Amino acid sequence: MVAQAKTIVVGGGLAGLMTVIKIAEAGIPCQLFSVVPVKRSHSVCAQGGINASVNTKGEGDSPQIHFYETIKGGDFLANQPLARGMCEAAPGIVYLLDRMGVPFNRTPEGLLDFRGFGGTLYSRTAFAGATTGQQLLYALDEQVRRFEAEGLVEKFEYWEFLSIVKDEEGICRGIVAQNLRTMEIRAFPADAVCLATGGNGLIFGKSTLSMVCTGSAASAAFQQGAIYANGEFIQVHPTAIPGQDKLRLMSESARAEGGRVWVPRDGKPWYFLEEKYPKYKNLVPRDIATREIYHVCRVLGLGVDGKDVVYLDVSHIPAETLDRKLGGILEIYEKFVGEDPRKVPMKVFPGVHYSMGGLWIDYEADSDGNIVVGSPRNHQTNIPGLLAAGEVDYEYHGANRLGANSLLSCFYGGMLAGPAMVSYAKGLERSCQAVSSLVFEAERKRQEEAYNRICALSGTENPFVIHKELGEIMTDNVTVVRLNKKLQATDDAILACMDRWKQIDINDAAQWANQAVSFTRQLWNMLEMARVITLGALRRDESRGAHYKPDFPDRNDGQWLKSTLATWTPSGPEFTYAPVDTRFLKPEARKY
Amino acid sequence: MATDRIELRIKRQDGPDAPRRWEEFRIPYRPKMNVISALMEVRRHPITADGRKTTPPVWDANCLEEVCGACTMIINGKVRQACSALIDQLDQPIVLEPMTKFPLVRDLLVDRQRMFDALKRVHAWIPIDGTYNLGPGPRVDPNAQQVAYRLARCMTCGCCLEVCPQVTPTSKFMGAAAISQVRLFNVHPTGKMHAGERLEALMSEGGITDCGNAQNCVHACPKEIPLTESIAALGRQTTTYALKRLLGG
Repeated sequence: MVAQAKTIVVGGGLAGLMTVIKIAEAGIPCQLFSVVPVKRSHSVCAQGGINASVNTKGEGDSPQIHFYETIKGGDFLANQPLARGMCEAAPGIVYLLDRMGVPFNRTPEGLLDFRGFGGTLYSRTAFAGATTGQQLLYALDEQVRRFEAEGLVEKFEYWEFLSIVKDEEGICRGIVAQNLRTMEIRAFPADAVCLATGGNGLIFGKSTLSMVCTGSAASAAFQQGAIYANGEFIQVHPTAIPGQDKLRLMSESARAEGGRVWVPRDGKPWYFLEEKYPKYKNLVPRDIATREIYHVCRVLGLGVDGKDVVYLDVSHIPAETLDRKLGGILEIYEKFVGEDPRKVPMKVFPGVHYSMGGLWIDYEADSDGNIVVGSPRNHQTNIPGLLAAGEVDYEYHGANRLGANSLLSCFYGGMLAGPAMVSYAKGLERSCQAVSSLVFEAERKRQEEAYNRICALSGTENPFVIHKELGEIMTDNVTVVRLNKKLQATDDAILACMDRWKQIDINDAAQWANQAVSFTRQLWNMLEMARVITLGALRRDESRGAHYKPDFPDRNDGQWLKSTLATWTPSGPEFTYAPVDTRFLKPEARKY
Repeated sequence: MATDRIELRIKRQDGPDAPRRWEEFRIPYRPKMNVISALMEVRRHPITADGRKTTPPVWDANCLEEVCGACTMIINGKVRQACSALIDQLDQPIVLEPMTKFPLVRDLLVDRQRMFDALKRVHAWIPIDGTYNLGPGPRVDPNAQQVAYRLARCMTCGCCLEVCPQVTPTSKFMGAAAISQVRLFNVHPTGKMHAGERLEALMSEGGITDCGNAQNCVHACPKEIPLTESIAALGRQTTTYALKRLLGG
């Protein structure tokens, strides 16, 4: 039994902060690491809202329906007990956030307002204008600051996670991290570590994700033995504004509030989603809407002006409603494109948005399939003492995530991971402080040597150029439409990038705030993970959710109703497969 | 100047104690570029306009959608976010400098920790009983929500501090951002139960009395937060609070 447990959370987005709050609330100290001040984490980019079946609109919605739609939306690949637990916990989570002071939009009676979203016909999504993620993150940031003021939480901002520390038995005993200003590399002992490091959209170069979303931390843990699951399932959001630096999300909430997608055909607007999906119209799940837009632009050649562009039109909605419910995103369009979407239709195209895959995690369910809150197995990876929560884990969303479920899974994941860390740490026979200091020093030294090798790179290649080229080939071949021949060619190209990586000219010898060295290290981790995504896609000869192969257009449950598990080896990822826990809902045809 | 080129002038400094220098870059123009994509281009080809190899410039950035506040810098003399600074709307050469009211880390990167410390000082949070399920929160007037939402969009970017004559690298003034956050928490039904402790913090050293009423902050705020309204409201709140305290109320 450990007297005073030590915990570490890496990543200060919604999942990380929720995990920290749960740990601190149990009276256990927590060290929080982040490459950015946590208030600037990528969660701020979430726009549309958070799902909870509170049923305040008299529509007969319930957590059970939310669960069914989540599983169906994910094309039956999600393990069902966690997804069910999340949907059942959702109303309580939204109430909690309301109590924390999140300025959710209100009904005239002063109750929480809810709106529709993709993949559902119910008004289930609570929202704060169209900057819901920002508002939720701020609420958690404030609560964590309160614990920081009380001395329970210690923040390490501008510190980058480099690796976990594993003892002789393969148990995670802490982390090694680098101060991104002084470049000091240090080992931090802990009894339990949680990675809440978000998605990996930067592997695709330009995406809707923030600049820190390289997936580097997850890849580092993967290279140390953590299993990475369902990596090939990458969500491409139907509506983003193409940009030179990134793709800016135009939230699904625009369509939930009545926005219509169309292209001109024979001189008239063609509302192709409404025509093909008369029930769900513009709110079919994202994978489906994205494929339809691709089809219209790339196969029918009907994109606006013959380009990869469709219209997202809210100009028929009263400006007052738009400002109150969508103000944040319309402001983004106005500022970055220079046109007023209240007056003219927005020009959008699909963009890489979310990783359904991530680090494999466990859970404990009782005989009725209810999640046992507080079980140390919840959200634990295959490495004892290492947990994962948020976009970085592979649970909840299966083969395609429903809109407004990601924020929810961040909170629910943190609410399970925090207590799991506490009970795991308390149950340890030997605390991290009893582990030989040589174990920590060995890993610290390994990271320092890796850092020194990067500092000494003096070839001819530029890391930012390699990254750009990686992103282009991944976007071309490993997103919406996947062909085996091109997937194989992509893996060859990634291997070529790995060779070129060794010929980088680091071009910055400074031992102070050196971003080039840090990025170069992350680039290698992106390349390792790009192979997991690409080869996982190559092997999965079926179409399911976001993974679509025209040569294998149908879902094949007989062969492929299973999770992909990738394990790192020096010669590339190795793949095994695990059954999906479908104890509540039997897979059925996915029709909208 | 050729229209297919963008001219950038970047103020460089390798560290807090290193000498400053200017470097100029000429990069190819593409439609719809912003300052961030121009900086990215420099990073891919770190060669100055006069053909010298240099280190890639260091800057802070994350969301690139003007919601995280990270990429704030001085662009052509005006403090703003680099992501929403569109090349087509800027005079050239485009001059990039770091903010001046915060300790410099390197090049365009500064340390805004004082802003987060100020939030801690003024207790900028709702003191909830716990994260267990206590049912719905208080009902909120939809109009009050709209007011709170405007205040809640502050992304701690630092524009308001940068333009404030009362904020200097050595002054203790917390600036408009933290004062406006006190207003946000003091109007919340739960937050107002603890308004006193926030007002106490505002009445201490570096608090609201250091405001010189220059009103630069409200013009610099990229989110159009009514900062001067917030300062006026808190001026009244602190006065009332001080009076009550004096009368033992």
